[in-house]
Amino acid sequence: MTTRFHPASSPDFVPAPQLRELQSQRLRAVVRRVYDQTKLYRNRINEAGLRPESIESIDDIAQLPFTVKSDLRDTYPFGLFASPMDEIVRLHASSGTTGKPIVVAYNRHDVEIWAEVIERALVSFGLHEGDILQNSYGYGLFTGGLGLHYGGERLGATVIPTSGGNTDRQIMIMKDFGVSAICCTPSYFLHILDRAAEIGVDLRSLPLRAGIFGAEPWTDAMRQHIEQAADIKAYDIYGLTEIIGPGVGAECHCQNGIHIFEDHFYPEIIDPNTGQPLPDGETGELVLTTLSKQAMPILRFRTRDVTSLVSEPCPCGRTIRRIHRISHRTDDMIIIRGCNVFPSQIETALLEVEGALPHYQIILTRSRGLDQMEVQIEVNAQILSDRIGAMEELQARFAKQIEHIIGLHVVVTLAEPRTLPRSEGKLRRVMDQRNL
Amino acid sequence: MKIHQVSVFVENKPGRLLAPCETLAKAGINIITLSLADTHQYGILRMIVPDWQQAKEVLERAGFVVNVAEVLAIEVPDHPGGLADVLRAIEQAGINVEYMYAFSERLNDKAMLVFRFESADAAVAALAGCNLKLVSNITPAGKKIT
Repeated sequence: MTTRFHPASSPDFVPAPQLRELQSQRLRAVVRRVYDQTKLYRNRINEAGLRPESIESIDDIAQLPFTVKSDLRDTYPFGLFASPMDEIVRLHASSGTTGKPIVVAYNRHDVEIWAEVIERALVSFGLHEGDILQNSYGYGLFTGGLGLHYGGERLGATVIPTSGGNTDRQIMIMKDFGVSAICCTPSYFLHILDRAAEIGVDLRSLPLRAGIFGAEPWTDAMRQHIEQAADIKAYDIYGLTEIIGPGVGAECHCQNGIHIFEDHFYPEIIDPNTGQPLPDGETGELVLTTLSKQAMPILRFRTRDVTSLVSEPCPCGRTIRRIHRISHRTDDMIIIRGCNVFPSQIETALLEVEGALPHYQIILTRSRGLDQMEVQIEVNAQILSDRIGAMEELQARFAKQIEHIIGLHVVVTLAEPRTLPRSEGKLRRVMDQRNL
Repeated sequence: MKIHQVSVFVENKPGRLLAPCETLAKAGINIITLSLADTHQYGILRMIVPDWQQAKEVLERAGFVVNVAEVLAIEVPDHPGGLADVLRAIEQAGINVEYMYAFSERLNDKAMLVFRFESADAAVAALAGCNLKLVSNITPAGKKIT
């Protein structure tokens, strides 16, 4: 399959030397800007024994200090702003499950960049003017809603700002308005699929052809399930509030890695333990630097997302590099009895047994010094039998498959439908009750 | 011949059994007979109702996950050895009885039992030669079972 060249995506096809020159030029400017405008970066750069002019090209980036999430909390609310307040046209904030949220700022130039990268993402998903885009990301402080909204309008798509929630209405709109693409979290789309089946709507019979999913990690197995159940292409969009929101990177029609819009967001992979840069192809923590944002530039932000950079050219022809899809985060790793376990592994096991992903939750407890992992699975129509024996057998198969993948014995329990916590934004899969 | 049994999943917690019963009650659906299979963590409430499709719809609309299985309702002569005759015929045909339970009311001076066999069709065939009545449309309350 080939996609028509869309002018909005031209920065994605710039020859590498030209791209590096642009990156170097932008890096010099952003270092100068944060040095002059923010106390935190001025101090950090001084402490590193650098001067802003020591950074001459993009190759010097590894000399710069890291930024971590707590830096944004410590400077709450406006401490990292590098533009005067009267130039700032938008604020967003992260949900902040513990303590203060983090606040991010955009000036006019930044909201333009944001709409541009989202437009480029939508083009790479094969969307164009005339598409009808249902935006089921939450509108509000969360960056997902407004981010996709303005990018969609810039592309010329018809954007329907449904926001999250009221799933029956979402399905009605999808059907009645002839929606061709939807964006939301992958877990919310699974919820839409479940609900549609319950009320007798087959998404496969609708014009919907693309799903744009992000804001939480999702597996290839989940993608296969979604693509089959809805007869759509499911694309990954990557981003994070600290950098700009969604639109840091996006898959192309090859669905083999996420192209980072690296003319605006420079990616590096580091060893999360030593902080040392790793060569392309090696797996480590993704670090991102905003090259062009003005109101709140961020140097070398440690994303906690674990991935690797792909240096091989993509068949789509884009010259901007790809990262592999995010399989997990350095901080969603569960350490149990000395083993590292990721929720994505549990998900893979559940999918292998059922062929469809049931709703689940992982609960960690500690009893007499020993860690226990319980996987609670919501009973759905495929799981429910009238025979206890069949139910117990299924529980045993789930437990065996999980043990096969993670190497640990887990307790599999069954829960009533709709009793496990759901979120129309990001989903909390792990409940750690160990009081570590 | 065969009738449809409607099952729902309930967690083994106080009050959980009430919810499906109340849902059916509000819709005016009478439970003709039921049985609860339980483990320490959860139970499966199996019910025979006059209109299984309506019950399924009402329960699903209320958020329950519903399983429908084909079972046989067999009139068993209410005298010593009555049940043994039924089971003998089934055993001779090599059919496994998954579970069984009784109707709460007697019918025509006979006991009526609900059987869940591995295969309802095989059981129907095995019982064909016996002088047993498979109930498919008469209920104790005079309602139709579908």
